[in-house]
Amino acid sequence: MAGLKTRKKQRLVVASVAVAAVAGAILLVLFALGGDSLSLFLQPSAVHAKEIEVGKRFRLGGLVAPGSFVKAEDGLTYNFTITDCAADVPVSFKGILPDLFREGQGVVTEGRLNADGTFVADTVLAKHDENYAPPGTMPKNAEACTHPEGLDSGYGNSSGSR
Amino acid sequence: MIAELGHFALMIALAFALLGAVVPHIGIARGNARLVAVADNAAIGQFVMVFISYAALTYSFIISDFSVMAVASNSHTAKPLLYKISGVWGNHEGSLMLWVMMLTLFACAVSLRGKYLPARFRARVLAVQSALALGFLLFILLTSNPYLRLDPSPVEGNGLNPLLQDPGLAFHPPMLYLGYVGLSVAFSFAVAALLEGQVTPLWARWVRPWTLAAWVFLTGGLALGSWWAYYELGWGGWWFWDPVENAAFMPWLAATALLHSAIVVEKRDALKSWTILLAIVAFSFSLLGTFLVRSGVLTSVHAFAVDPARGIFILGFLAVVVGGSLTLYAWRAPKLTPGGVFGLVSRESALVLNNILLSTFAAVVLVGTLYPLFVEAFNAGQLSVGPPFFEYAAAVLMSPLIVALGFGPLLAWKRGRIGRAAQILLPALGVALVAAITIYWQSIGGAVMTAFGLGLATWLTVSVFLEIAERIQLFKKPEGALSRLRGLPRASWGMSFAHLGLAVILFGITISEAWTEEDLVVMAAGDTEEVGGYSFTFRGVAPVAGPNFTAVRGFFDVARGGKTLTTLMPEDRLYTDPVMNTTEASIYPLVRGDLYAVIGEAAGAGRWSVRLYFKPFISGLWIGSLMMMVGGLLSLSDRRLRIGAPKAKRAEG
Repeated sequence: MAGLKTRKKQRLVVASVAVAAVAGAILLVLFALGGDSLSLFLQPSAVHAKEIEVGKRFRLGGLVAPGSFVKAEDGLTYNFTITDCAADVPVSFKGILPDLFREGQGVVTEGRLNADGTFVADTVLAKHDENYAPPGTMPKNAEACTHPEGLDSGYGNSSGSR
Repeated sequence: MIAELGHFALMIALAFALLGAVVPHIGIARGNARLVAVADNAAIGQFVMVFISYAALTYSFIISDFSVMAVASNSHTAKPLLYKISGVWGNHEGSLMLWVMMLTLFACAVSLRGKYLPARFRARVLAVQSALALGFLLFILLTSNPYLRLDPSPVEGNGLNPLLQDPGLAFHPPMLYLGYVGLSVAFSFAVAALLEGQVTPLWARWVRPWTLAAWVFLTGGLALGSWWAYYELGWGGWWFWDPVENAAFMPWLAATALLHSAIVVEKRDALKSWTILLAIVAFSFSLLGTFLVRSGVLTSVHAFAVDPARGIFILGFLAVVVGGSLTLYAWRAPKLTPGGVFGLVSRESALVLNNILLSTFAAVVLVGTLYPLFVEAFNAGQLSVGPPFFEYAAAVLMSPLIVALGFGPLLAWKRGRIGRAAQILLPALGVALVAAITIYWQSIGGAVMTAFGLGLATWLTVSVFLEIAERIQLFKKPEGALSRLRGLPRASWGMSFAHLGLAVILFGITISEAWTEEDLVVMAAGDTEEVGGYSFTFRGVAPVAGPNFTAVRGFFDVARGGKTLTTLMPEDRLYTDPVMNTTEASIYPLVRGDLYAVIGEAAGAGRWSVRLYFKPFISGLWIGSLMMMVGGLLSLSDRRLRIGAPKAKRAEG
């Protein structure tokens, strides 16, 4: 076990370890970014436009279309439609919905499309409180939206509503 | 009137901050001791003024003075007193007030406790601290004034987000802020050292207690936050790798690294410029966290309301502080005299490895947190980086850290012998392998990661005890070992406690991840569900009324082997101001694990959707965090730090 005699040598070792750490970190990041760890965030129009393949995990955001909410027989599964006022995607979710889930409000869901074109969500995030909506749920073409009740004060410049 | 008083006090504090940030430097340049001494007075003045201001705001909240905008937006007369007080920091403006109050409190503490610091150095530290306060006070007064009046004033306030009306969350922000802001002291010490152009072992001894205190608070803040997420959000999870959680986790990682590298500076006078850099980086992460939370640039469930003006101010402040300090570092650090040389195998090297792994982890978390921002900035669409990314990084980087953690404390300073350490640790390796293999064999479906995680946790646990045994020469000279055990310095107890805490956390994570049982069902009164070997019998629901909410409360009798253990009573609450539903999970902690029940919605015909969990040993997370904090406090109370640093050698100054 030869100790390092000089400061120069020690510096060399420390520097090379640091370089190795940086290189390792870059590799690690690249490697870890593969697979399921990245999920795209899309609104319904984009889902149709991009022809997202079945089984690919992504996040779907938009408004819960008023009148679309149906609870299934089992009491645990919910079906509703997420809309960005230009296109719709049917969503199915089994679980307990978040406290602020309401028709006409913004949600972000995460899951995969199944073969019938239904988005099977395993996570649903709704507005957290009156001042806060998940960013990205505001439809890009909100003016075209026929559901004015969906455009409540929680969107856009939420600080303005204070 | 009271609010105006608070507002006015804040402006006086601003004046003090300006004085304190500028005058001491002039005093040092001119060699005028009276100007140098302004630093102390300004620090105390700032704290007193900010304290008065904060008290005025709290008073406005307590008496529900709705003519004050911050009160009207965030409080309500029907709220319990605790949440009126915690409501002060439950919003953007008030939480900044809390931040500044702690910042000035720390500066005040440095001034009062730091009498043994050379006057010149103390003045530099306090001047940097004042400059930071100046930035935040300007931020408050220009963009986030909590004292703005409403005319006419509303009769009733908007109330506080019910999710925040919770004892765990009431104390989470102050704890976290004490940690965030505590790191400012390490930062100020680092900048002062760069200005003075020297870093001595004495410097490390001054910095370490502050860093340690900040670290203890950060640990506590993170633990409280995850505990809150666990029982209040009702998803059964405790950590979501949410950007805001990451924002608090990165300073923790940097502080942990700093804590360890400061030891090397103190004991061996090496790693100086790296330690300075870490001190700067740790506080920069704190500021970055503040920016991320308040600017609204990231999608997060924790984010405050979005306001571009605020975001731009903080971004500018961040650029000045981080850019300025790093520039100073680049300019001054090469002039620091290099310190002691050490061997490739030594305590120093082990601590360097700790630092490399922790800072790499922090960097990877940073990349994962900011990646969506960059992608969006280049118009490449919106995406999010999910937990698998961070979990992967944690596994890859923390496993070698834990392996090395067994060795580190057994290696001698300067030049250690790996063979000797390995010999001592052989039993730990044996026990860990046996544990891992047993788990792998016993569990179905090849749970490699579970076996690996438990093996690591076992390794760490046993090696902590072996290290203590070695230190008191338990096996070599058993007689007198007990008195040697009593004679161990508190710092070494602190280390053992903190390392053991990490092992307990690892046990908690691994066991609960592997063997949590979850059941999502619809139940009618009288139904029984079997979860994790416990039978949950639904007894129906009853309406409940709280001070500012009404609720549906479900009743579940939990039994095991025919013996009733407890009745879980989860609630689905409807708060009135603001109108909002929250689910209150009901948790019964057992030694083996937590029984956890959440009640959802009525499913018709007297049936309710419910979620039941058995989470084995999840309390390890919080017990382990508590052990880490105890370890930190033990170390903080070590005689070496308690009696203060030895008389400074002022020769080089």
